[in-house]
Order: sequence, then structure tokens, then C-alpha cells
Amino acid sequence: MLYRENGQFKTTYAADQQIFTIAQDKWFVLGIVAFAFLAVPMLADEYMFRAILIPFLILSLAALGVNLLVGYCGQITLGAGAFMAVGAYAAYNFLIRIDGMPLIGALLLGGLTSAGMGILFGIPSLRVRGLYLAVATLAAQFFCDWAFLRIKWFTNDSSSGSVSVSDLSVFGWVIDSPAEKYLFCLGFIVVFAVIAKNMTRATIGRQWMAIRDMDVAAEVIGIRPMYAKLSAFAVSSFFVGVAGALWGFVHLGSWEPAAFSVDRSFQLLFMVIIGGLGSILGSFVGAAFIVILPIFLNQFLPALGGLLGLHISTAAVSHAELIIFGSLIVFFLIVEPHGLARLWAIAKEKLRLWPFPH
Amino acid sequence: MGFFIETLIGGLMAGMLYSLVALGFVLIFKSSGVFNFAQGAMVLFAALAMARFSEWANAALGGNSLFLANLIAFVGAGATMWLVAWAVERFVLRKLVNQEGATLLMVTLGITYILEGVGQTIFGSEIYNIDVGMPKEPVMMFESLFEGGILINKEDFIAALIAALLVGLLTLFFQKTPVGRALRAVADDHQAALSIGIPLNRIWVIVWLVAGVVALVAGIIWGSKLGVQFSLATVALRALPVVILGGLTSVPGAIVGGLIIGVGEKLSEVYLGPMVGGGIEIWFAYVLALVVLLFRPQGLFGEKIINRV
Amino acid sequence: MSRKIGDVILDLQNISLRFGGVKALTDISFDIREHEVRAIIGPNGAGKSSMLNVINGVYHPQEGKIFYRGAERKKMEPHMAASTGIARTFQNIALFKGMSVLDNIMTGRTLKMKSNMLLQAMWFGPAQKEELAHRRKVEEIIDFLEIQHIRKTPVGRLPYGLQKRVDLGRALAMEPQILLLDEPMAGMNVEEKQDMCRFILDVNDQFGTTIVLIEHDMGEGMDISDRVVVLDYGKKIGDGLPDEVRSSPEVIKAYLGAGH
Repeated sequence: MLYRENGQFKTTYAADQQIFTIAQDKWFVLGIVAFAFLAVPMLADEYMFRAILIPFLILSLAALGVNLLVGYCGQITLGAGAFMAVGAYAAYNFLIRIDGMPLIGALLLGGLTSAGMGILFGIPSLRVRGLYLAVATLAAQFFCDWAFLRIKWFTNDSSSGSVSVSDLSVFGWVIDSPAEKYLFCLGFIVVFAVIAKNMTRATIGRQWMAIRDMDVAAEVIGIRPMYAKLSAFAVSSFFVGVAGALWGFVHLGSWEPAAFSVDRSFQLLFMVIIGGLGSILGSFVGAAFIVILPIFLNQFLPALGGLLGLHISTAAVSHAELIIFGSLIVFFLIVEPHGLARLWAIAKEKLRLWPFPH
Repeated sequence: MGFFIETLIGGLMAGMLYSLVALGFVLIFKSSGVFNFAQGAMVLFAALAMARFSEWANAALGGNSLFLANLIAFVGAGATMWLVAWAVERFVLRKLVNQEGATLLMVTLGITYILEGVGQTIFGSEIYNIDVGMPKEPVMMFESLFEGGILINKEDFIAALIAALLVGLLTLFFQKTPVGRALRAVADDHQAALSIGIPLNRIWVIVWLVAGVVALVAGIIWGSKLGVQFSLATVALRALPVVILGGLTSVPGAIVGGLIIGVGEKLSEVYLGPMVGGGIEIWFAYVLALVVLLFRPQGLFGEKIINRV
Repeated sequence: MSRKIGDVILDLQNISLRFGGVKALTDISFDIREHEVRAIIGPNGAGKSSMLNVINGVYHPQEGKIFYRGAERKKMEPHMAASTGIARTFQNIALFKGMSVLDNIMTGRTLKMKSNMLLQAMWFGPAQKEELAHRRKVEEIIDFLEIQHIRKTPVGRLPYGLQKRVDLGRALAMEPQILLLDEPMAGMNVEEKQDMCRFILDVNDQFGTTIVLIEHDMGEGMDISDRVVVLDYGKKIGDGLPDEVRSSPEVIKAYLGAGH
């Protein structure tokens, strides 16, 4: 089937405001989701689940949250890792301190706590702009790093400083095997992606974008900067917090504050930049890229070295990874500041008119 | 009382170094609008270059003259930083003229990774020493004034002196020389500066070189104290609140901000730390800067931002 | 003209505004009547834009009082002014560059959209219904301004004249009582100016919107106005019907210099 929209007329505004206004897009995405739910669990092996698919899904969720704040509302954050940590530790405490707390309840409460922290650390954004704000968000990062390390209550006085969660189950479904963990995360990410899409096409999303593009004009037409900015911080932190809780509960099982360090914050920011600021799809593409790249380099560089008769040490690989990583970031920002998602959009636009571009 | 003053002086000396790194930030930000996250990586890079060049030169000279080896290493490391400045301008800045501040900030995160990777690939990733003959022994001062006197680390004292000297030189350079004047013109308005014939590209190379040299000096001081290792790259993260506190565009702001943060960190760690379990110097500077920002969004010395519509 | 000019809707008394030591406005008083087209003219730097910024709350004057529908207005932020029915366009076009024409105009409906965030997240029930109702309203504005063909285009790609029209559309979407237009005709060619004049008069005529517009020369703006205020160096030097103002010696002096 060609990628064409001929003959797909919209007769109502409701039809024109669908998520996918072109039928082919809709079937394509539905197809991918069906494939992810039905086929992937049968095809992938344990390594795929553990090393690639589960981290990819969870980090996509976090990247989605970061994208809502940075890409849609234009508030740079360098402290996303802190909100993952808040989500993870809050969910952990809800789970162990309240009897009979269901798993999903704990995860969502973790997200809510993170949303509260997001609002708190978002308050400076009402006065402080741009780069000053970016640095201010680092305050959240370092404060949380410290708090989860030093305040023993958060870690339930565990002597090693690390906490762990085991025996995950939802309504009697025990989430044990990698495939089950994968499906559990997939369920979350699909729901959250739809929520993100809905918000960005509704008035709240337009308010965020208005603040991002021209805050004075936004205020003049009646958008309250406080509401728009703090709601973006809250929703973003909620997403990131839930992702953090999933990262701790499902992916790691047991973790220390270092799992959510400032490097994690930068990583999330890169996903969003490389994937595409202000694009839901971009969050996924960026996350995939950044999860897969190191694995790829780890396999590829020694193999390449072997081919050339060189031995490449793991240290060399990790350095090469840094260089390639940094170069790609610079490259993307220079060549396509709108990220991979933009390339995809341009390709689609060309395809719609192909072979007669005028 | 003696202890308090000792802490205070310790803080001021640490603060002087923060000021130095912050000055690198401010110079680059003023002239190119780039918030240079890579400043810390530059410190690491420069220190690595210095340490290894010195080691190699020393070996080549047969270990006879540490001073000569260090001199060669310093020149070599300076040249390396010039190369970095040139590459940054040629391959990055030139292509990103008129981009938004946020984009430029993220680019410098990319540069950070590249510098860390390249630096460790070329110079290695172990812990190295820089030995520039800094005296290590502490001295007792003002014994007549306070009971027990004040214990000052000679090394810290010399480091602070060097930092202060460099800060003074840079301020002079910025205010009094033709290049400095051109830099200020560029900082005010790129277009206008271009139109009167100031070569923007060369100015950027100079600024990044100056920031590189500042990083080198900071790297030498820190490196000789703590050894040259990867953690030096996080130095920049410690200096960030300084620029925010002082104001991104203010040279005096960087200096005063550095001193305030240096003193604040030490005092808080000594007097507040024990109450909450210690280790608070990690976030104290940030929270201090944040509180200041709530009252003065442009920092202590920054220019007031007026919204025009 | 057929429409009726009503009572004073906005009354500015002895407004003074300073930035540090710079006096932007000095002791300016004038009023705006309901349904009229009121022009503020003056050379560059006369304080016209500052005046507009005072009216919609971007700047806060140090002295003076503002009465809105007879009640004294407290110091207010722009979004509060917006909620009392004051809309504006911008001299340098302050559209939301990353959004389509449709979305830009939809933002003008923000104040009228009440459904909560949770429902929006679900795209469900009242939220969806509300979205559609406002879409219908926005489409009316799009029809009115004759920009149907570009509704899905990102505004950044549009030529200047069309951007100005979208800017007007966004302000109209607020269904304002008072519409402030900051140099609506600046930088346009003759045809575009004519179109813009027509839109302004139509808005005034069809919706009864009170219009305050700024122009820096005594041109088209004055021709479509009922009354004109003239500012120069932050002071008021003339106020009255267009013909009166045109013939005032002080105004002529300000525009042509003392020699004439």
C-alpha cells in the first residue's frame, strides 16, 4: 500500500483531531504495538529482554517525561535523574511501609511523590529562566543524591545503603520471567505514551508550547505562567518518577543512589535531543539509540580491532564510546537540531508527495 | 575564634580556585553566549596533558631537571589547549552561530564527552601526579593574635596566590588591551562587532584559549594536590553555582561568587554538617545559589533582564 | 458609521512610567470609549508601546490610576488583564513559532477552556467535547480572516503579512472587550494594509470590539480611527478627532520639526 492520503476526507473536526490523521500511520503504529505485545515475547531471548528491551522501555518513559518539560514547555532540566530516584525510593517506601500496598499503587504513588518534588523544584522557574534554571535544576540532583545516601530512613536503615524489591505481582500475576517484566513495562509505556499524546494535543499542551515559544505573548493572551510551568514540571516528574520506580523495581531489583546520578540526568537529556525535542516519537527513538549504541560499540569495536589485528581493551572501548557519543551529540545539534524524529517527519512529507514533489 | 578564622581562610583559598574556574565560564559566556559545560573536562584534559608531558619530558631529559620538564610540559599543555580552542571554534561554534543558548549548552555537554574520551585515549586513564614543587608543609601564622595560632597549608596559600594573580591579570587583559576591548564588543553585540571589522572567529579562538589556560592552571593546582584523575572533570560542576550566584556575565561576580561559595561550603560543612550527617558541601553551594536566584534572578552582579515586547 | 459609541470603558489618569532614570511616560491621561476605534500615534520612542504595555499589565506605572468600566484597577499581571477581556497583537509579531496556525489561534481560547488536566490526559468526555466546540469557534475566525489554506502550516514558515493576520486571529479568539493593536500595518505593502484595515473595521463593526491601535505615522491608522491621542517623548501633545489632531500646531511641530 502506498503512503497516500487521497480519498481520506475528514468531514468532522473530531476526525481532524485524531492522533493519526492518516490511516496508514494509524495502522503502522497499531501494528508495531501488536508486534511488541504478541510477537516479541516469543522471539526475544533473555539477554535481549534484560540488556536491551526492558531498559529501552523504561528509559523511553523517562525520556518522554523529560521531553514534556524540555521539548514541550521549554524548561531545561539537568536533574531528571533525581526525579527517577525520588520515584524509586518513594515507591519503595510505600511498598514496604504500608501493608497490602499493591505494586501498581506503589509505582503510581512513587510517581506522585516525584510530581510533588517536581513542583517544589519547579518554583524557581517562575523567576529564573534558561541557563540559570538549568543550573538550578542541578540543585535537585545533588540534594537528592545526598539525601538518599545520608538519610537512612529512606533506605529503611539498610546497612549497605542499597535497597531491594522482590516478588513483584499484580492481581495474582507474578512478574518473574524477563518476558513478563517486559510485558509489564510495555503496558505502562503504552498507556503513558497515549496520555502524553493526549496532553500535548489538548489545551494544556498548547499552553506549555506557548510558554516555550514566547512566554510574554503567552501571558498576554491569558496563560498563567505559574500554572503552565508547574503543571509541566509536575506531569514530567510524574512520568520520570514512575520510570524511576520501574527502573528500580523491575530492571535493577536492588539499587543504590548511584543508579540515578547526574550522568543519568544527562543521558535522559541526550535521548531527548537526539530523538527530537517536542516529539513523542522522538523520545522512543532517542532512548533506543542511547540504549543500543554502547552495546553495539562494545561488540563492534573489539571485532573491528580483531579484523585489523589490534587488541582493543575495554577501557579503550569505553573511551571510544565517549568520543563517538559526544561527536554524535555535536553532530546532531549542528545538522538537525530537531533530532531523528524530524528526519522521519521530513521523509514522510516527501513520501506523501512522491513522485511528484510539486 | 582561631578555628573559625582558620576555616574562613581555608574557605577563601578554596574559593579563589572556584573563582578561577568561574572566570573561564564567564569569559566564554560573555564573548560567545555559550554556557560552557565542558570547562571541567577542559580542566581534566589540561591536567592530563600537563602530567603526561611532564613525565615524558622528564624521562627524555634523563630526570635531571624537573623544572625544565615542567616548563616544556606547560608550554606543551598550553599548545594542546590552543588546539582544543581551535577545534571547538572550527568544528562546532562556527556552525552554530545564532543558535539558542540551550542548544549551545547541550553542545558543550557533547564536547565534554569528546574531551574526556580523547584525553583518556591519548594520555591514559590512571591516576597521575603533577609535581611542580609546591611546598606541602603547613605553617603556623598569627600565633601572637590567637591562642594556638592559625594553621595554613602552604600549598593552598600559594595556589590561592597564583589564582588571585591570574584573576587580576585576566581582568586587566579584559579591560585594558585592544583584544580585551574587542572581546567586550563581541560580548555586547555579535553583529555590530562584525560590522566594524572584529574577526569573530579569531576572537572565539582566543577566548577559548584563555579559558583553556585558566583550566590548565586550575588543573595544575588541583592536580598537584589531589592527583590527576577522572574526578577532576566534576570540578566544573562545583564551580557552576559560583557563576550562577555571581551572574553569568560578570567578572567581579565570578570572583566574589567564588569566594562566597568557598567560604560558605567550608563553614557549612564544619558547623552545619555534623547536624545533618555530613557531606552537605555537595549541594550546599547549589541551594545557596538557588536561594539567591529567587531574589535576584540575574545573580548578584548580573545585568538586569528587561522583557521587551 | 452605523455603530454606536458608548460610555468610557477604560480611563487612564496621570500615568507616569519610569525605567530606572529614564522616563518613558509622563503624566498621561486619556480615555477610551466602548466600541470606538482609538488611535495612539507618535514618532519612534514616543512611548506608544509602553502605553499599551501599561494597559495590559506588562508594565506597572509608578504613578497614575486606571479605571476599567468605572472601577479602579489594581496592579495586575498580563494574564489577569487578559481575563478581564483585554487582548493585543504585537509589533514584532510574537507568535508561537513551533506551532501551527490552528494551534496558535487555539491558544487564544485558553481562558475559556475549563476541563481539567486529567480529563485532557484521557481525551475523554467533556474535554473532547470542549476541544471540538472551541475548534468550531476558531474555524470561524479562520474563515473571517481568510486563512483557511494555511491552518496546518507552522507559523514560522508564513510570510510577514500572513503572520500579522494570525497574530490578529489569536487575539480575536479571546473574544476581547478591548483589542490593542501594536502597529498592525507596519512593514506591509499597500494591499496588505488595505486588507488589515478592512479586518480591523469589520471586527469593530461586527463584534463591537473596542479597538486601540498604535501607528507611528499619521497614515491609515488615523483614517480609520474615531479619536486620536498623540504622544511625543512620553508626553501627550494632542487628543481629539483625527482632523483636529492633524491641524494642531503642536502635532505638526512634533512630526515635521520646528522649522516648518
